[in-house]
Amino acid sequence: MTITNTDRLRAVLACVPDPEIPAVSVLDLGIVRDIDEDAVTITPTYTGCPATIAIERMIREALDANGFGSTAIKTTLSPPWSTDWISDEGREKLRAYGIAPPPKGAGAASLKNETAAECPRCGSSNTEEISRFGSTPCKALWRCKACAEPFDRFKCH
Amino acid sequence: MDALATCALRLGDDSLILGQRLGEWCGHAPALEVDLSLANCALDLIGQATHFLGLAGELEGKGRDADALAFRRDVMDFTNCLLVEQKNGDFAQTIARQFLFSHFQELHLAALAASKHERFAAIAAKAVKEVTYHSKLASDWVIRLGDGTDESKTRMIAGLDWMWRFADEMFVMDEADAALGVDKAALKPAWDQRIDAVLAEATLERPSPRRAITGGRAGHHSEQLGHLLTEMQFLQRAYPGATW
Repeated sequence: MTITNTDRLRAVLACVPDPEIPAVSVLDLGIVRDIDEDAVTITPTYTGCPATIAIERMIREALDANGFGSTAIKTTLSPPWSTDWISDEGREKLRAYGIAPPPKGAGAASLKNETAAECPRCGSSNTEEISRFGSTPCKALWRCKACAEPFDRFKCH
Repeated sequence: MDALATCALRLGDDSLILGQRLGEWCGHAPALEVDLSLANCALDLIGQATHFLGLAGELEGKGRDADALAFRRDVMDFTNCLLVEQKNGDFAQTIARQFLFSHFQELHLAALAASKHERFAAIAAKAVKEVTYHSKLASDWVIRLGDGTDESKTRMIAGLDWMWRFADEMFVMDEADAALGVDKAALKPAWDQRIDAVLAEATLERPSPRRAITGGRAGHHSEQLGHLLTEMQFLQRAYPGATW
């Protein structure tokens, strides 16, 4: 088995953390849409997310530091990013970090059909939303009624 | 400016001005959760504005980017609808403005996401997911304030009463809009239905019809927009070309 440059690029990107939620990498979040030697294609999570600029800069630095200085970074809007693209590994990392991961397959319909978040600390589903908006665009504020801990929930998007 | 560039500018200006207005609440909202919510909505809107104004600049082809369009145009060159430039007033007035606009914007962007103009469709498909949260937030508050105390109800009625006269302008079509191909006027029945359903749940009457005030698309603004721009554009006016 040969290790290709695409594999090497993937390994480099797997080490680039999200600046707001450093527990997960840009790969875990599904921000990276395409990888080849010429260009890495990324997509923003939210149009106004301030992390977007930081993410591009961090990817640039990682590529340069690992001998991929000639690999460009392209940004695409379409298709729009969805939380369905967060990997299973990414979901586990979020939970371990104290953020309830978004349910899978909920996508855009989530607002009409909201299920209770599972408390990332005690696992109870006896939870309630405190605020639809939280500390970053991608998170909502929830509270666990079983263990009384407040927690962030990654919004379905 | 050609028709599509004009459309991109209008979309960008609506989002930019409302985003700036909501940003004025930062640190002043009635509760921490509301402060976060309004700031998050503002961030989404400014993000959308960056994309639409960037597209407007490209289509115009005169080398202006999103920042140049946002910070170095004068008040009469802004093409936002009058609703979004209205003062924040009290919290109920801000919610009334958001309620009327976000439901329109959600319907508008959903239609635009199916446009044959791919660049517009891509931004719209992305933005509509965010705006779904805005209209839900505004609706929840209209219900909470309308079906709340005597004081909150009085304020919600007053807020809607002021903003109502600026609603019709959102649905006005002209030649530029026709070129983009989304019939805004046709969105009105669906908008009416959404607004009426929420008002009913909020135990509020629909404000009585009144003469619509328009002119924003042609650059005829209230003095409020000038005041907003003096604050928003100060840095680039005082230090042209300044960067972080």
